[in-house]
Amino acid sequence: MRSSLRQAAAGRLAVLPLILFVAVAFGVPALAMAYGAFTTYAPGQPTSYTGGNLSASLSGGYLTALEGSVKLSATAALIATVAGLLLAQAVVTSRFEVLRHVVLSASGVLANFGGVPLAFAFVATLGNAGVLTTRLHLTGAGWSLYTFWGLVLVYLYFLIPLMVLSVIPSLDGLRRQWREAAQNNGANLVQYWRFVALPVLAPSLLGGFVLLFGSAFAAYATAAAMVGASVPLITLQIADALNGNVSASASNVALAMSLDMVVISVLVMALYLPLQRRSARWLV
Amino acid sequence: MIIAAVYFVGPLLGSFVFTVDDPVKGFNLSAYTQIFSVSGLWPALQLSLLLAVATIALVFLLLIPTVIAVRLGTPRLRSVVEFVCMLPLVVPSIALTSGINILLRWGTDNLASTPFWDTLLAIQNANFPVVLLLAYVVMALPLAFRTLDAGMRALDVRTLLEAAQNNGAGRVRAIVLVILPNLRGAMLNAAMLTLALVLGEFTVSSILGYTPFAVWIVNGNSAGDGPVTTAVSLVSMVLTWAVLLALSVTGRRKSGATPA
Repeated sequence: MRSSLRQAAAGRLAVLPLILFVAVAFGVPALAMAYGAFTTYAPGQPTSYTGGNLSASLSGGYLTALEGSVKLSATAALIATVAGLLLAQAVVTSRFEVLRHVVLSASGVLANFGGVPLAFAFVATLGNAGVLTTRLHLTGAGWSLYTFWGLVLVYLYFLIPLMVLSVIPSLDGLRRQWREAAQNNGANLVQYWRFVALPVLAPSLLGGFVLLFGSAFAAYATAAAMVGASVPLITLQIADALNGNVSASASNVALAMSLDMVVISVLVMALYLPLQRRSARWLV
Repeated sequence: MIIAAVYFVGPLLGSFVFTVDDPVKGFNLSAYTQIFSVSGLWPALQLSLLLAVATIALVFLLLIPTVIAVRLGTPRLRSVVEFVCMLPLVVPSIALTSGINILLRWGTDNLASTPFWDTLLAIQNANFPVVLLLAYVVMALPLAFRTLDAGMRALDVRTLLEAAQNNGAGRVRAIVLVILPNLRGAMLNAAMLTLALVLGEFTVSSILGYTPFAVWIVNGNSAGDGPVTTAVSLVSMVLTWAVLLALSVTGRRKSGATPA
């Protein structure tokens, strides 16, 4: 009894530095952001509370950007969910161990390192002076990388790897016996997927979609590095406002936009976590 | 599968062709020979690597005691820690940046005559911006926690600790000499992922006005060094991938046939 009490205390002590760190390095800026979203700020002037920032952040060009971000993220996440599942399934069922290592490590790099180099690779390949564009005369065919679908294409490049990483554990958990049992009961491949595999995978697929949506929604580097992208995105708007490219009072609107983003991300996560728990139940 | 291969290799090949194809002279590798002489790359890379090492060290310091405590502790402790580590996922990095930005501005306007002024300047020091370090550690937490926690799950921590202590090792010594060597794979993985994150990080540093690796690449590109910066980013991506691949292969061998 006494030793278990002591252990619990030791456990709390070991976790304390982490909690303190997150409170300072994460909590303080987050609170400052929330506070700034509801106040006005100018040096030497008294601060006053206002809802103006939030309403400004949800109107006009800012609203367009928010909608643009949501639309782009949803589209790219949906495509990446399907493509990622197919790719992951191909990797899991393949007989080559090497392929698995190559795909998993490459996915790790693309999903985390992503951003800037990625944008360049695409600009160099499919941009206005890109290798493919000039060789195949795509511009004449109406192709431009700097449109909605161009950005979707670029985003897929880091979303698909992310999906592969997050769905492979679930696919590994699909038990071979289920497949055999289904076959023994006369189910064909389509029926097996429709009645056994997909229902079991559904939580992790949905969870994956939500995760992808979240990271596409938060992405800034890729879009920023592709100078000339004409697609309005909320992250670009925030950066512009913060850099003082708009006006001095815009920075509080930027905070309000950040708060909008946090609200959406919270909703997204609130969906994701229960789904993740559910998928974990099958895959022990 | 084939389509995926084309889609994923295409842009990489495309950028390679872009770097070696000179519209005037045809094929040449000058973009790659210039890498070593191009101005500004080394300081930017140095800053990134310095930040990466510091981030990894701080992440380990914070997380390793935590994951051990979580394994030994109550479920309640576990859910608290998981919640704390997942928090940064809810605030996109640009939103965190805007919070840091307003804090720094507020500090600049209000702390000029107070003793905190030096602290404020110190954390924004261009040679080693502590502000960035703090932000990066926060951003690396979710991923690093999951990686390390998965590594811990594979160990029977309680038994290992008891065995060590029965052999007369103190608790701290038991953890350092018995648990950590068993965690080596997970630690390497977490370190590599964090390194990739810091090297590729653009959002926070560009808005706060620092020039680490990724920001330098973007600036160089808009300054007209297209082929060189594209070459640099290509090389950095391939190198990171090679390291992760090596890790993934060796990690599998060591753990035998058990799925990671």
